[in-house]
Amino acid sequence: MDKMPKWADIVLIPVISLLLAAFFSSLVILAIGESPVEAFKLMVDGALMRSAGWGYTLYYATNFMFTGLAVAVAFHARLFNIGGEGQAMIAGLGVALVCLYIPWPHWSLAILGASVGAALFGALWALIPAYLQARRGSHIVITTIMFNFIAAALLNYVLVELLRPVGAMDPASAKFPAGTHLPTFQDMFSTESSKMFRGAPANVTFFLALAACVFVWLLIWRTRLGYEIRAFGQSETAAKYAGISPVRITVIAMLISGALAGMMAVNTTMGESERLILNATEGAGFIGIAVALMGRNHPLGVCVAAILFGFLYQGGAELALWTNIPRELIVVIQALVILFTGALDNMVREPIEKLFIAMRRRNA
Amino acid sequence: MTAPAIELKGISKAFGPVQANKDISISVQPGTIHGIIGENGAGKSTLMSILYGFYKADAGEIFIKGQKTQIPDSQHAIKAGIGMVFQHFKLVENFTVLENIILGAEDGAMLTTSLGKARKELKHLADEYGLNVDPDAVIENLSVGHQQRVEILKALYRKAEILILDEPTGVLTPAEADQLFRILDRLREEGKTIILITHKLREIMDTTDTVSVMRRGEMTATVKTSETSPEELAELMVGRKVLLRVDKVPATPGKTVLDVKGLRVVDEKGVERVKGIDLTVRAGEILGIAGVAGNGQSELLEVLGGFADGTGVITMNGTEIPLTGQGADGRARRDAGISHVPEDRQREGLIMEYSAWENTVFGYHRDKDHQSGILMDNAGIQAEAQEKMDRFDVRPPNPKLAAKNFSGGNQQKIVLAREIERNPDLLLIGQPTRGVDIGAIEFIHQQVVNLRDQGKAILLVSVELDEIMSLSDRIAVMFDGHIMGERDPAQTNERELGLLMAGITDTSAVTNGASEEALNDG
Repeated sequence: MDKMPKWADIVLIPVISLLLAAFFSSLVILAIGESPVEAFKLMVDGALMRSAGWGYTLYYATNFMFTGLAVAVAFHARLFNIGGEGQAMIAGLGVALVCLYIPWPHWSLAILGASVGAALFGALWALIPAYLQARRGSHIVITTIMFNFIAAALLNYVLVELLRPVGAMDPASAKFPAGTHLPTFQDMFSTESSKMFRGAPANVTFFLALAACVFVWLLIWRTRLGYEIRAFGQSETAAKYAGISPVRITVIAMLISGALAGMMAVNTTMGESERLILNATEGAGFIGIAVALMGRNHPLGVCVAAILFGFLYQGGAELALWTNIPRELIVVIQALVILFTGALDNMVREPIEKLFIAMRRRNA
Repeated sequence: MTAPAIELKGISKAFGPVQANKDISISVQPGTIHGIIGENGAGKSTLMSILYGFYKADAGEIFIKGQKTQIPDSQHAIKAGIGMVFQHFKLVENFTVLENIILGAEDGAMLTTSLGKARKELKHLADEYGLNVDPDAVIENLSVGHQQRVEILKALYRKAEILILDEPTGVLTPAEADQLFRILDRLREEGKTIILITHKLREIMDTTDTVSVMRRGEMTATVKTSETSPEELAELMVGRKVLLRVDKVPATPGKTVLDVKGLRVVDEKGVERVKGIDLTVRAGEILGIAGVAGNGQSELLEVLGGFADGTGVITMNGTEIPLTGQGADGRARRDAGISHVPEDRQREGLIMEYSAWENTVFGYHRDKDHQSGILMDNAGIQAEAQEKMDRFDVRPPNPKLAAKNFSGGNQQKIVLAREIERNPDLLLIGQPTRGVDIGAIEFIHQQVVNLRDQGKAILLVSVELDEIMSLSDRIAVMFDGHIMGERDPAQTNERELGLLMAGITDTSAVTNGASEEALNDG
């Protein structure tokens, strides 16, 4: 029998965790002599009350959805892919090559091409750690972390030595041609009379991320492959008994994971910067871990958690801009959210489970 | 009358909505062996855990030698003179016997003094109770029976007056079990009190003075062993009449289905576990493989089931099947007509987090009839699962419940339903009734016999000699990776099989007395 109703598991516990995180964040803000109420207001104002704020929030959320889904898919196979960062960086290279060297007539075709490029490069970057794990038993956490560093160094080399236009000073590729420019929310939703999402980077890739959520849901819970991935994740011995090859599942799950992480490059590189720059990922690969954790590795949860982290990111930027609260503090707040929603999950869960059991017994 | 060694009054304990112990009262006389019998989940282990201080009872009182005693943790239990021998030994594998015995009972910071003292004490205990163990042997080099002695010595070294043994014979050969019971007798003579927890009716009948039966968290009866019978105990455990013997007609074997020649299996550590065995299983017969756990039977099943590699020649219905690489996985075996009820249903046969319906296609999930387009036909699988669960009387009959929420017997029925309903040519079945309640054992045995009567070949591996004896049409005994011999169940007895299980092939002494023995058993 389940210990508590489903809604409590899915809604109540995350909400309580968030409130706890908010409480401790308030203490920290008080400690440096600022008002938590003011700070919270600013964050909400900046991230949610104006359409431009939403434009940023959803832009970040798009990244986190992809990287969160990446972590979630791998995690269903009990693989901890913390290489989303590196996979997304290398995927950026894939996007750049597709955008720079293929003359695209229209963005709608270009985004398909760029998606293939991103997914392919991201998947390839995950393939080597996957192979090492499956065949050699090298731990995926170690190898994916190392591959993050290799990706950063490789990207640096490629940008400085190969892709940098002659005479340019910064390590970045040339601007992508106009045929590859993706419509932003501003382009899509503004009318003559009112400009919406002014200047915000959110773009059509957001819908691609939503589609990815649906895709992952179907994959994990409705296909044979998803059945095998989850079975392998639950019990490797049972998987072997059922004739499921651990090598095959490890490699396939990591390829899908890498491809999903890579897809975020479509948003950053093609949608926002419109050229390949260094550090386009801005740590989104790591945030993905928190997003997956908070979203309980379920696509819907990942989607909601991604938007929450998008809000934290954008609200944090606003705080840094308008108050004396340093940017580093935003990291503290994010860390508190991760701590309470992820790591300290059981601290909230156990008392609530007990409460429900006690209530049930009283009613019985 | 002296005060009881242990008296429990009105012990109750609930885990969430589950009432594990309900108002249990029991009184154990000093210097006796008191058996506690009951099905899995009846609350035996919970009760003993309360006595040993692992759990705190919600209500009730504990009296030791007439004194009301609080046992908040195991330290207090030890102080009160209670020693526990767990089913899974709690020994440090790479320590010596002596080091294990003083572990947690060292006097002072320097080990030498306590080791010296323990050595003397150990010698004394060995002389007194016949518990001979080399004090300097490293645990991992000892046989399971000797490891268990170390556990008993540990308890005695801590001055235990009351010894609790939880399913002590599960891992022993019949001979080792006999030795254990001789030791327990000796301990009883010396005035120790012993509580024996088991689900084996015969052990209770052979060794105990008094027996308490538990069912669904309640103590249903406490009777003098001399005044009861196995049938009565089984009925008290299950709550209805139980058939203890399997009803079956003689086998009518047909053509050879499985033929194994020179099979060798080397495990991951490079140890050879199966050392060249030959066997055949024919249609319409049950070949039982007896043996103490860990003598290569598991590896034999794993290779046949396609999830471990081996060398040798195996033919299935006349066609050789590959033992390594491509085509040697579980899927290929299923395609070849081999179904497999694995030894460990929780780690192998089921995904515990999966719902029952998902588990009813586990291993067959790639079959065409479970697909609809590129997706799985979940609705169809669910409907089919419901039918199977009804047919196999799985309780509760709810396909959406996760496998981990079913009792051991019902989990086994789910696996059995899945594997039998595929209409295989050969059924591999390992430890079919391990951790399964008596009521379900009857059902499972009947299903296996029915399958045999439909002309299927069945390879049965079990460490329960009773099960092997009552189900098999032929018995092969495995020891140390070899098959020590094959016997006809009608012309052998437990002692002969026990010797073979211990690696002794010269069994002429016991076979001569076989007929006499059989008479006594009957």
